[in-house]
Amino acid sequence: MSTFNIQGRARIVGADINTDYIISSRRKRVTIDPDMLREFIFEDYDAEFGQSLKPDDIIVAGKNFGCGSAMEVAVTVVRASGIKCVIAPSFARAYYRNAINNGLLPIICPTDSIREGDQLSIENGDGELVVTNVTQNATLNGEPLPSMMIEILNEGGLASYLLKHGDFPAQL
Amino acid sequence: MTGGATITEKILSAHCGRECRAGESVVCKVDAAMASDGSAPMAIDYFNKMGGKTLAEPKSIVFALDHYSPPDNPATVALQDRMRDFTAKQGNVLYEIGAGISHQLMIERGHVRPGQLVVGADSHSVQYGAANVFSTGVGSSDLAAVMLTGKLWFRVPESIRITMTGALNPGVDAKDIALEINRILDPADASYRALEFSGDGAASLKFEERMLLSNMSTDAGAKAGVFAADAVTDAYLHGADTLQGAVVADEDATYALELEIDLSSLTPRLARPPVDGAAAEIVGIEMDIGQPVDMAYLGTCTGGRRSDFERALKILRAGGRKDPRVQLIVTPASDQVYGDIAGNGMLAEFIKFGALIMTPGCGSCCGTCGTIPGNEKVVISAANRNFTGRMGNAKARVFLASPEACAAAAVTGKITDPRTLLP
Repeated sequence: MSTFNIQGRARIVGADINTDYIISSRRKRVTIDPDMLREFIFEDYDAEFGQSLKPDDIIVAGKNFGCGSAMEVAVTVVRASGIKCVIAPSFARAYYRNAINNGLLPIICPTDSIREGDQLSIENGDGELVVTNVTQNATLNGEPLPSMMIEILNEGGLASYLLKHGDFPAQL
Repeated sequence: MTGGATITEKILSAHCGRECRAGESVVCKVDAAMASDGSAPMAIDYFNKMGGKTLAEPKSIVFALDHYSPPDNPATVALQDRMRDFTAKQGNVLYEIGAGISHQLMIERGHVRPGQLVVGADSHSVQYGAANVFSTGVGSSDLAAVMLTGKLWFRVPESIRITMTGALNPGVDAKDIALEINRILDPADASYRALEFSGDGAASLKFEERMLLSNMSTDAGAKAGVFAADAVTDAYLHGADTLQGAVVADEDATYALELEIDLSSLTPRLARPPVDGAAAEIVGIEMDIGQPVDMAYLGTCTGGRRSDFERALKILRAGGRKDPRVQLIVTPASDQVYGDIAGNGMLAEFIKFGALIMTPGCGSCCGTCGTIPGNEKVVISAANRNFTGRMGNAKARVFLASPEACAAAAVTGKITDPRTLLP
């Protein structure tokens, strides 16, 4: 993966955050435009928290982030809020795939030690993902991504990957 | 290649053109792909962004209008019209409003067969595992990739073998097995893994019970939930040679985890409404006996089939009445189910008990159409999920239970052990 450095402030949510908490199913029946759905992010979980999210914030969650429905607006609404990265000890697999497919970086990493508002810096190089907690002067190691996912992320998501390549390779 | 293979490994191997085992990444041919009105409009957008002009295999792409059945505003109609316009050009399969829930239709209308690999842009697409299919839920972008290429990449999952012994006692339902599995299986263990149901207990289950267990494997956090195929499968799929592609696990297959469940030891269960955003707590029904209930909900891809309504009706008949304060909702999973229960008099009985009959589809399970519970109201539902806000009102509280337990609450107006009302 191309090297990158993402910096932002930690915004803490709990464990088992389901996709309906990220964006309610009833909202997407009117529009699937993430710029319009952005207003309702996290409304059934903690509306005030949702409204306080700023671009470049990093969502820091407990285990099983994105469980429940496979609906992809739960990823695009996070991207539309200017968020580039979510850190959690584990993700529901459909959310993890959807995140990669839309250029949202999902980092599997222990999050217990991270506090609300901590300044984080995420660096990638030589196949390693390192999360530095600048506020606490500590580092955490994120799980490396499968190579197919790195290729999709490098192209900016699955749609641009397939627009460029037209198909998947025969073998991975 | 060393060692035997799980059902999952065999199906993925057959679809990627080589022997593969858990942990490998493979590109597989996909036999069928489903998208609902909740996911297809977005999949069409991705398909266009991918430069898509025509579908790789039009007849293997199934659209179903089930989440907004019927829609309640012009914006939703416009989303559904985009699907209709796309289908008119591309020649894929489309089920109209009222035909039923996509997952029911995929099985009922013969879109899946044992040994196949199927994906759906809806998490409960895992349901086809009941038919010995490896099926999993994906997002709209992955679905669009299948529309474009007929293929998708997968990480081959490890499997968890769930061996079931014994048989269910009267008043205990496949729903109680699913809730028990979700209670004992940590999502961190189930995540990225497939459940494979085996043992005499699994073989003794009716096909609709298997559908429920496969359906709720996603709610345990699993990628799939697969059964072996047998005469029960064949009878439900009622096509020619349905068992031709059936796949069994090798005896020396490797499992990441093994669980054993004695079905005869199970009692009715409840998933309680989540508190403060935490996961729902699953308890024995005895913990909440007497809790007043305002709505009893029968329906969804989990509990809206003919056998579910039969068991619920047995309890209503035994109770002899519905508590007038309880709103009882019946939403058949498909028009075939609707026709069946209309034809055999069950529907008329439900109406006589004061039930409200809704259009086949997802109903108010995810709060996108149907009857929404009021503020502070308590619902007991045969559905699979009860996240806060799930039925369209974050101020309502939703318990999940078997159709029998929902019917028992409709009779008494409060949470009741259905075994106390058995005829």
